Parts: sequence; structure tokens; C-alpha cells
Amino acid sequence: MVARGKEELDAAAAEIAREAPGAQVHALAFDVGDKEAIYRIAGAAAALVGPSSIVIHNASTLGPVPMPLLVDLPCEDLEAVLAVNLVGPFRLTKALLGPMLLARRGLFLYLSSDAAVSAYPNWGAYGVSKAAQDHLARSFAAELDPIRFLSVDPGEMDTKMHADALPEADPKTLGRPADVASSIVRIIERAETIANGARLSAADFAPTKVEEGAAA
Amino acid sequence: MNGALLPATEPRSAADVRILVLEASSEAMRVVPSSALPTLFRAGDVLVVNDAATLPASLSGRTERGESVELRLVAGAGERRWSVVLFGEGDHHTRTEDRPPPPELGEGDRIELGASLVATLVARRPESPRLVDVELTTGPATSAADVWAAIYRVGKPVQYAHVPRPLELWDVQNVYAGRPWALEMPSAGRVLTGAALRELGRRDVEVVSVTHAAGLSSTGDPALDALLPLPEQYEVLPETWEAIARARARGGRVVAIGTSAARALEGGARLGTRSGITDLRIGGSTRRAVVDAVLTGVHEVDTSHFALLSAFADRRLLLRAIEQASSQGLLGHEFGDACLVWGQPREKLATRRGEDASAEASTKVSSRGGSCLVPTETRGPRTTGATVHGL
Repeated sequence: MVARGKEELDAAAAEIAREAPGAQVHALAFDVGDKEAIYRIAGAAAALVGPSSIVIHNASTLGPVPMPLLVDLPCEDLEAVLAVNLVGPFRLTKALLGPMLLARRGLFLYLSSDAAVSAYPNWGAYGVSKAAQDHLARSFAAELDPIRFLSVDPGEMDTKMHADALPEADPKTLGRPADVASSIVRIIERAETIANGARLSAADFAPTKVEEGAAA
Repeated sequence: MNGALLPATEPRSAADVRILVLEASSEAMRVVPSSALPTLFRAGDVLVVNDAATLPASLSGRTERGESVELRLVAGAGERRWSVVLFGEGDHHTRTEDRPPPPELGEGDRIELGASLVATLVARRPESPRLVDVELTTGPATSAADVWAAIYRVGKPVQYAHVPRPLELWDVQNVYAGRPWALEMPSAGRVLTGAALRELGRRDVEVVSVTHAAGLSSTGDPALDALLPLPEQYEVLPETWEAIARARARGGRVVAIGTSAARALEGGARLGTRSGITDLRIGGSTRRAVVDAVLTGVHEVDTSHFALLSAFADRRLLLRAIEQASSQGLLGHEFGDACLVWGQPREKLATRRGEDASAEASTKVSSRGGSCLVPTETRGPRTTGATVHGL
């Protein structure tokens, strides 16, 4: 697991280790928006657990909050959002891809957003970065099939990021991150049967939906 | 006359690399652009790359007395324990052999490396006063992840005086790199871009991998340099031996991408284990069991890389090739141009040399006076990867 805050990350790793005895969990405190960090992450991860076969890109930033209109957004802030949400996943994909290139198998999942498809006022920088990331996944898929590249829209989740963006939202109306994580596990299990480069909705892979065959 | 190759002084794009192609049996040689790489092989051939990623193996710090010291990782020696070569004041801008010796250090001495990383000297090694074992920690409750993150935060790629600008980690990784085992870049792989791999696939040229802990090419201590390459860890998966056996069965040839891939294959075939540590030093007397050709850099005479090429073509032809390379302006060292050597057929080589191969070769070696070429291969029946691994 990779995140910027070492203390929270170490705590999350310890919690997983407690709940899933025998699981190997490692915490690496780095910022995917930092070019210097990318090969450090890839190298340290491969040293700890060997080559990756499944990678989930879930780090992202909204940029400045409250989110300004594009017309009020400094260019540097747009660049910073793209650095984390687009260039970071691009670089990290390249850095982790190596063994998958030779094995001709592997899976990259990119966490997307409704804002990648629909344009909302104030969501410009974030939406642009997520739309570009969706297309990054499609482009990788076109070039490197059968290695799989999928985008997943998790839906609105009760997270700190959502609270930063829409502090007035009622948390009860929002999805639970744990449920989205379960959907992502189902996507991973079914990845070989899903069109490469596809953009998926996590809700379609919720346990009940899958039983109904909606995901097929 | 020899050794006049100019070094490449910075990382270059694969597109700028040229390849000197040398066929030992016909003595033919030509220079092609690296874009022609996929056309140099036939359908059914198999290329074997070393998929080791390159570590930031140079760690600089200070002793408790405040003296500057640089550690270069040599080999992992168990959990958090590394064999390292020590250097005194200075950095890569000074030629390795001109670096001052490291400060006096004894067991228990600590070197602060930054990012909370501390190296504690735990053992001296008999091979050289510069070679020691250290334990790396970041604090009382050091996790493996903490140590690796710290190594990656403070470490730099090992580099030499012919490349002045500091190298970044991304300058020294092959596109297919995975586990970080290499102390220096397995640089022959630089020409294998994503596009080249794709084109090789289209031409039914298979690409498989070994992992080999390619080591330091210079230590600044002549006694230690004479032992290079030191024993190195390798892993060759059964899938790779199977791919080699399939290639053989269809008449394909086995091409090692880099001297480290050649060492892993030949060393692994002799040890017969999936992974281990090989001390095989490939030279003129080595009867190749697996590898038909090697793609490597353009190496100066009397380096261990040059010695390895003697297992593929005789010295006279290799000297001609170096002259040719130099006259065509090919560049040497890790960011330089490349050389693909198709060896004498393996069978013929074995027949010609017969059982006296080792004795014959050691005479040759001593007459060369080179410091690096000391074959240690034991005599014995010729083995192949396939038979060793029971395929």
C-alpha cells in the first residue's frame, strides 16, 4: 500500500494484518505525484513482494478546495492535479509493467469518477484528469493487450475527499468504501472476461448485482 | 591500438544505439541501427533477458567521527544484511581507482546515511579491507518496508566518472525490469524497447527472462577487481528452461541479452538449480552449454565482459571487431553501442577442444596477462539446461 501519510498508512497496514492473519501487508509512504517517488515505490515494492501482477491506482486529488471555477483556477493547480491523477498513474504503470510485459498477463485498475464523463461546474480540473486517465487505460489496453487495463467508477463514497468537495452532503446517502472495495475484488476476479480498456461502474459488481448476472 | 573506444558520457535513447553484429564462424561483421534489432533473429529463436531492476546501490553518509564514506551494495547477505564496498571522500566524478580509501571502521561502527537509515558494520571480509558486511536499520522497530523505502530515498544508482551528470533511477531501468537485484544496470537491454518487443513477438521470436544480480564493474581495489565478477545470485524459472528446450527442438537459437543473462544461464545449467549463487566466470575455456549468441556492449580488451566474449569468438576476431567498432565511432560503456556476437556452434566448439579444453585454455589465459580472465569452470560432461533440469 502506498500513501503520503506514514502514520495513517502504518495504522491501516496494521489493521489489515490483524484482520487477515497470514496476509503480507507492506506500507510505503510516498507521493505518486512526485516524479522522484515512482521508481522508489516500484523498486521497494518489488523488493518486498516480487513483481506486481495487479495494481490499483486509487490515489487522487481534487486540487484546491473549495473547488474554484476553471476560470479562477491557477494553471499550476491544474498541473498539480494532473501530476497526481494522470501523470502519476502513467509513470507508475510504466514502472510496474515490466514483468507483465514478458508474462503477457496482469491487471491495472484505475479509480475513475462520474466527473470523467459528465462536466460539472467547479469539477473541471478533477474531471479533466479523470477523463484523461480513463483514456490512458484505454490506450494502454489498445497497445498492450492481453495485459488488462480497466477504469472503475466507484460512485459517490463517504470519504474525506467527498467531504472536502461537498461538505453539505449527507453521509448516509453515500456509498461505503468497504462495499466499493468488495466490488473491486469481484472485478479483479472477472477481469479476464471484461473487454480490455472498459470503463466500469463499481455498483454493477455489488454482490447482489453480480448474483443477478448484471455484470456479465 | 586497442581500448581506444570512447565512452558514452550520458544516457542515450535506444534509437541512437548502433549494433555491431559479429558472426564467429564466418568472421562477418557489420554495423546496423538498433531499429534493425528484430530483423537480426529468425522465427523460433529465443531471447533471454535479465529482468533485474537496478538498485540505487550507492549510499553516502558519515561515520560517527564525521568522516565521509560511500557504501556500494555488493550482495544481499540475509535479512537487512548487505555486503558492501566502502569508498572514502568524493563521489562518482572521481575515477573509482583514484578515490581515497575509506576511513578505518571496526565492528559495531555506525554510518548515518540519511532518512534515518543507519549501516552498522557487522563483519569484515577477507577478500579486501574495503569489503565489509553491514546491517541496515531505520530505528528500533525497523520493518523491511522501512528499510527498503529508506534505501530508495537516499540511494543513487552506481555510476562512474565517464558519465558526469547524476543518474536518476529511471535512467538505469530496462522496460521489462522487475525485482531490484542488479547493482549496476544490465544495460544490454536498453535496445529492447516496447516497440522492439512487440516486433519480435510479431516475428515469432520468443522473449523470456532470468533474474540475475548483475554486480559492480569496478571497486577501486585492484585485488577485489581481479575477482570480478564476484559470485552472483540468479534465478531461472522452469518456464525459461522450457522455452529454451522448445526453441532447441524447432532449431531456434538461444540469445542472451547481456553478459549477466549469459552468466545466469550457463551458471544455472551447471548448478542445475532454479536459483542459487553462481561463481562461474565465463571465458575462452568455457564450453557453452546453453547460449548461442550474446548481445552486449562494446567492451574494451581485458575487461571481464570482453573475457566472456572469448567463449563465443576467438581473441583475434574480437580484437578486429573492436577496431571496427572504434573506426566506425561506436561508443563504449553502459550507455554506449551494442555488439551481437553469434558464437562458434556449441557442438563444434566442444568437439574441437575435447576433454583438454580447460588445460588448453588456462595456458592461453596466463599468456594474456589479463587480470580478469581466470576460468574456474570445472571439467565435466557437457550439460544443457534441458538435461540438467530433466526436461
